[in-house]
Amino acid sequence: MTGDTILETFALEKRFGGVRAIADVDFRLQTGELRCLIGPNGAGKSTFFKMITGQHRPTGGRVMFDGTDITAAPAYRIGRLGIGIKNQVPDVFDGLSTAENLWLAARFARRGPRARETVAAVVERLALAPILDAPVGELAHGQRQWVEIAMVIAREPKLILLDEPSAGMSLDETNRTAALIREVNRTTTMIVVEHDMQFIRQIATKVTVFHQGRILVEDSVDRVMSDPMVRDIYLGKQAAA
Amino acid sequence: MEQVAIYAYQIGVSFSIFILISLGLAVIFGMMRVINLAQGEFLMLGAYACVLATQAGLSLWLSMFVAAAVVGLFGIVVERVIIRFLYGRIVDTLLATWGLSLFLVGGITTLFGPQSESVVNPLGNVTVGDIALSQYSLAMIAIAIALLIGTYCLWRFTRFGLIVRGTMQNPDMARGLGVNTDRVFMLTFGFGAALTGFAGAVLVPITGAAPPMGVFFIAKAFITVISGGHLPLIGTVSASAIFGAIDGFVAFVSSSVVGEMSVLFVAIILLRLLPMGITGHLRRGL
Amino acid sequence: MAGRPLGLGPAASPPKWWWWLFVVLLGAGLLAMPSLVDISVQLDVSIMLILALLALSMSFLWGYVGILSFGQTAFFGLGGYTYAVLALNLGETTGSMLAALVLPMLFAAVLGYFMIYGRISDIYLSVMTLVVTLILEKGIRATSGDQFVIGTVRLNGQNGIPSVPSLQIPWGGGAELFIDGVFYLAAVLLILVYVGLRLLLLTHFGRVLVSIRENERRTELLGYDSRRYKLAAFVIAGAIAGLSGALYAVWGNFVAPEMFNLSQAAQVIIWVIVGGKSTLIGPIAGTALIQYLTTWLGTQGVGQVTLVLGVVLMVFVLVFNQGLLPTVGLILAGLRNRMRAGTGR
Repeated sequence: MTGDTILETFALEKRFGGVRAIADVDFRLQTGELRCLIGPNGAGKSTFFKMITGQHRPTGGRVMFDGTDITAAPAYRIGRLGIGIKNQVPDVFDGLSTAENLWLAARFARRGPRARETVAAVVERLALAPILDAPVGELAHGQRQWVEIAMVIAREPKLILLDEPSAGMSLDETNRTAALIREVNRTTTMIVVEHDMQFIRQIATKVTVFHQGRILVEDSVDRVMSDPMVRDIYLGKQAAA
Repeated sequence: MEQVAIYAYQIGVSFSIFILISLGLAVIFGMMRVINLAQGEFLMLGAYACVLATQAGLSLWLSMFVAAAVVGLFGIVVERVIIRFLYGRIVDTLLATWGLSLFLVGGITTLFGPQSESVVNPLGNVTVGDIALSQYSLAMIAIAIALLIGTYCLWRFTRFGLIVRGTMQNPDMARGLGVNTDRVFMLTFGFGAALTGFAGAVLVPITGAAPPMGVFFIAKAFITVISGGHLPLIGTVSASAIFGAIDGFVAFVSSSVVGEMSVLFVAIILLRLLPMGITGHLRRGL
Repeated sequence: MAGRPLGLGPAASPPKWWWWLFVVLLGAGLLAMPSLVDISVQLDVSIMLILALLALSMSFLWGYVGILSFGQTAFFGLGGYTYAVLALNLGETTGSMLAALVLPMLFAAVLGYFMIYGRISDIYLSVMTLVVTLILEKGIRATSGDQFVIGTVRLNGQNGIPSVPSLQIPWGGGAELFIDGVFYLAAVLLILVYVGLRLLLLTHFGRVLVSIRENERRTELLGYDSRRYKLAAFVIAGAIAGLSGALYAVWGNFVAPEMFNLSQAAQVIIWVIVGGKSTLIGPIAGTALIQYLTTWLGTQGVGQVTLVLGVVLMVFVLVFNQGLLPTVGLILAGLRNRMRAGTGR
């Protein structure tokens, strides 16, 4: 399954008023890849995700997904084409139970009883059984993240975007999340935004560094982490912390 | 030539009515994001205050300021008793102020009866060619424009205006800078109410004062402010200009109801094309 | 968990046996009523049932989709006028009744398209529906002249249209429904719509509606075009309100601009908010309660009913935000918890 380009952006740009949050981003992702995006706060990672998923409309450039131009497509059409996203802040149906949240996601890919099977499979995979009937709004932050990740998986997309999946999780939860990501990546292409370098080492092979709305470097984990420029703008602060 | 003058006059009057009824709402809804459905009743209270003041022997012009003061104070009371508990709960604000609106209509009907009260128009007519134009309507156009410029200057050039704009943009930040935001909200609401009361008084010689009069204006006021978009003053002025022209023209050639319906029709189309309102694409201004 | 591995939670659990029992008992009680009480009570209860339909149309939209629409009053009036004008013109009522469903639906579809596909925010939608209702009322009031005639029927402006035909039994050779007939019809339709909406919320469509209320962006990211669902819900609610309006015309043999009135709209909101919008049965109870209250106030000579309604509305928004039924439910749950704690569980 690897080899073809699944996602590509050309000179992508987003202005908010006079500020260029994203500029000249040419990004290319192969089918089957697991890519990590890193960069300091405000580097434009989340904005980049939001443009790919139709939550923000680009002010310039193009986005191609799986042979389709999705630059100005509305969010629901991009969702249907097969991109699933976990947003940075938990973005779930707080008033509904975990089961209902998952069912709404699964129901889109499969009908009737098959949808329930998908939910059951995802529930088992992520060990969500204990919180199945609880309203998601009453769950802890980390659990809500898991529900959102589970929803994205239940939707069975071709490309999964995860914006800070380990934020607010305990060490144990973080490790489980990393294992899950590796497992899901066997069948699905993924892009993950993260800050936690340990976590990135666990999952990624290739890393793209964003800085001030542009792509700074793109290389293997080890090379990126030893790149002096990257250390300067980003890792230096982390290492000191 | 006379034809042109008549149309210009009709459109000017219509424009000034749109400005008068919307300006207070532009402050309360446009700036503060408080959907005040009792806005029409504030107008009605202003009208009644004006009627009572003239009956007490004051001149009409002085009565307008009395009306503004009375309704402004009433607005402050309303803000303290109802609105301040509901900031950020937009739908609840809408429902509570609707309750207030029903309460005021019922209350005024109980106090003054359902009949309409009127004030004598102190001005006569001027003739342009063969047509007689009401001087009062011309004065009303002037008042509307003066009110607009006054409000603009207040927001743009005074310390109070700056504090209010800052507070509406980011109350937390303003609080951090030592502004008593609670008081700013209260005073701004009171100012919007006072503007509305003043407008109600200005309209009295033309419309009279009656308990259901608020309902006649509330639809137009909300259409204007919503279509105006996120810049309350510029938005209100441009929407008033567009709708005033349509309303003035259609009402003149057909009837006032048809005029209002065509305004609504245009507003709905406009919102489909510009969901953010006329000023949606402008970044800054008032 | 309790043995429901894929149980569905708070939004819409499938009705339990006691719910069906409740519906059956309610239905049986209503159907037995005409033989137990006299005609004036029947008339009073009939109008409660008819207006409860209107309340349902609003609470469905507001409580489950998150759209507060004042337009329900407009669709109600439109349904009434459609029935009145067509029935008077045609002398036939079954088709007129159907048209009184279809026309409000069409109107809701057009209005909803412009608002929902324009993506104006929910609160602007509330205000726009309010504005539309106000202006429709004014429009109807302005039709007092002789030139405002549809077919052979004068619209009569302020005064409304009198002697609207009673409903004829289809294929019944012109036999008309009398007071108890209208009562039965209203009761059956109310129960059907109530049960129908309750079951609709269990379907995929219903769940997507609730998910839009919860988080519209997430619904879209999952691939649902929320605008289509909202528009569909808006049209369904328009049909229910239109039905209610047509029944109102049948009930009183009369339609008037008051049907579009703001205080009419206010009453609907008050029924829903008093009953509690998070349930479907709450608004039905709220309608009965407030309808009873206003009738009682009217007989007490408390001049301005509007004044009282205004106070009720303010108090409920400020104090009993959840509505009566849910508030009672919360209190009961609290008591139960305390008792459990008392017995040491």
